[in-house]
Amino acid sequence: MAARVCRLTNLMCTFWILVRAGFRRHSTYRLALLAGMVTNSVFGVIRASVVLAALASAGKSIAGYDPATAVAFVWWGQALLGTVNLWGFQEVNARVRTGDIAVDFLRPVDPQLAYLAGDLGRAGINLVARGLPTLATGALFFDLAWPPGVLSWASGFVSLLLAVVVAFAGSFVVNLLAFWLVEVRGIRMLYMIVGGLLSGLYLPVPWFPDWLRTVAQWSPFPSMLQNPVDILAGRVAGGDITGTVAVQLFWAVALLGLGQLVLSAGRRRLEVQGG
Amino acid sequence: MGDRLEPYRVLLASRMRAQMQYRASFVTDILGTVGVGVAEFAEVWVIFHNVDVLGGLDFTAALLVFALSNIAFSLADLFVGHLDTLPTYIRAGQVDAFYVRPLPLLAQLVTSDLSLRRIGRLSVALLALTVALATADIAWTPAVVALLVLTVVSGTAIFSALFTAAGGLQFFLVDGAEFTNSFTYGGAYSAQQSQQVFPGPLRIFWTFVVPTAFVAYLPAVSILELPGDRLAPLWLAWCTPLAAVLSWTVAGLCWRAGTRHYQGAGG
Repeated sequence: MAARVCRLTNLMCTFWILVRAGFRRHSTYRLALLAGMVTNSVFGVIRASVVLAALASAGKSIAGYDPATAVAFVWWGQALLGTVNLWGFQEVNARVRTGDIAVDFLRPVDPQLAYLAGDLGRAGINLVARGLPTLATGALFFDLAWPPGVLSWASGFVSLLLAVVVAFAGSFVVNLLAFWLVEVRGIRMLYMIVGGLLSGLYLPVPWFPDWLRTVAQWSPFPSMLQNPVDILAGRVAGGDITGTVAVQLFWAVALLGLGQLVLSAGRRRLEVQGG
Repeated sequence: MGDRLEPYRVLLASRMRAQMQYRASFVTDILGTVGVGVAEFAEVWVIFHNVDVLGGLDFTAALLVFALSNIAFSLADLFVGHLDTLPTYIRAGQVDAFYVRPLPLLAQLVTSDLSLRRIGRLSVALLALTVALATADIAWTPAVVALLVLTVVSGTAIFSALFTAAGGLQFFLVDGAEFTNSFTYGGAYSAQQSQQVFPGPLRIFWTFVVPTAFVAYLPAVSILELPGDRLAPLWLAWCTPLAAVLSWTVAGLCWRAGTRHYQGAGG
């Protein structure tokens, strides 16, 4: 089977197989996907009610969000929350702590690339089985703005793909800090809190006061959610899309690069006990 | 009576000591929950950066609702929030170990942990409450004080009941554990909003089905003597203990159904 799929180079073939393995691994827990969708939808209903009330109170659109765009922002955010690994993962951190990471180093694929592939697979099944039903629920109960054209749909998808990569790369670096700190729970928690706020999950970043918006804009977090959601909710359209995606591309490359540096530094430091 | 409670006291004391053994880790954990509280507050604050009134509440009133709901939630989370880990116990077959001990299952699980780190979020909420009570225009009477105390106690009971009901349902759900987040964490999120932002059916849901409106919004309306409305008359705040009792009845039934459904892990 694998041999048939692989007409490309060896590395890409391995990568693709790992993506599919991640997809299958996470599609095993169907009830968990449904449960996630229900919870995302409950939060979506509450958050959409709040932003609609805020817009009604303001009597005009706030920072470019009218009711339809704001509601679309909320529901795309809830829908993509499972796709983009915003809360991060702890698998790598646990493997560093137990020493299992040594096994990953022995494999013929770069650990970062292997975990990225698995995460892309996870993102895929979450988009199809959890994200899209959540979005459909939102569209059923609220009046959502849709992407204005094919260009927005296509670039929204590219932007989403980059968001998954940026979120993965960021969390990967946090996980690797376990090489030095062993217990990274506190740092992971801080990362989750700051990330949740600055990524625009709770409220759109343009609604923030100036100083907080500046902090957010200089951080990688909006690239994990705010940017794709803005394109898909139609607030960012036309020529502005290029800049939005370029920022994400920058953070994807920068964080993946940082991950490689931290990985090789950790590798030199790693000592695994036992036989 | 004292003899019967002694095992729990010993258990809880050992859990608390255990958490404070790793000082640095304990401190970062507390800072973490302070951060959670601050992030929750930031959401309210960002909205009021853009508008003056949300769902009939000004910033001070919204702060009071935020504070009351967060105090109740973090207290409940402190006492019974670790029931959340029940699916992990069930999957690993560790629940059976609890069954063979000569103490009630729920009492054991509740005393199996007391997550002291959650005082971080609690302290943010208490600070918010202090600021809200100091700046709001409140006609202080014994009734207001009584309502505040009643609200915190009943609100904590309501959230604890939600966690316990969720725990009971976990015996059926296992892999679908996240379902119950929709009314535990979702309930906490709805409790800190002005209920007027919700459309009618949703308000009825958060008042009479999952009664989180009683945790903060209804008491705040009554304390601040705001004009209530059809779904939030001022006297309804005094029914908060009733909501707590009813929640615990449902929670008790869920827990009973769950533990009776459980067949053991076959170990």
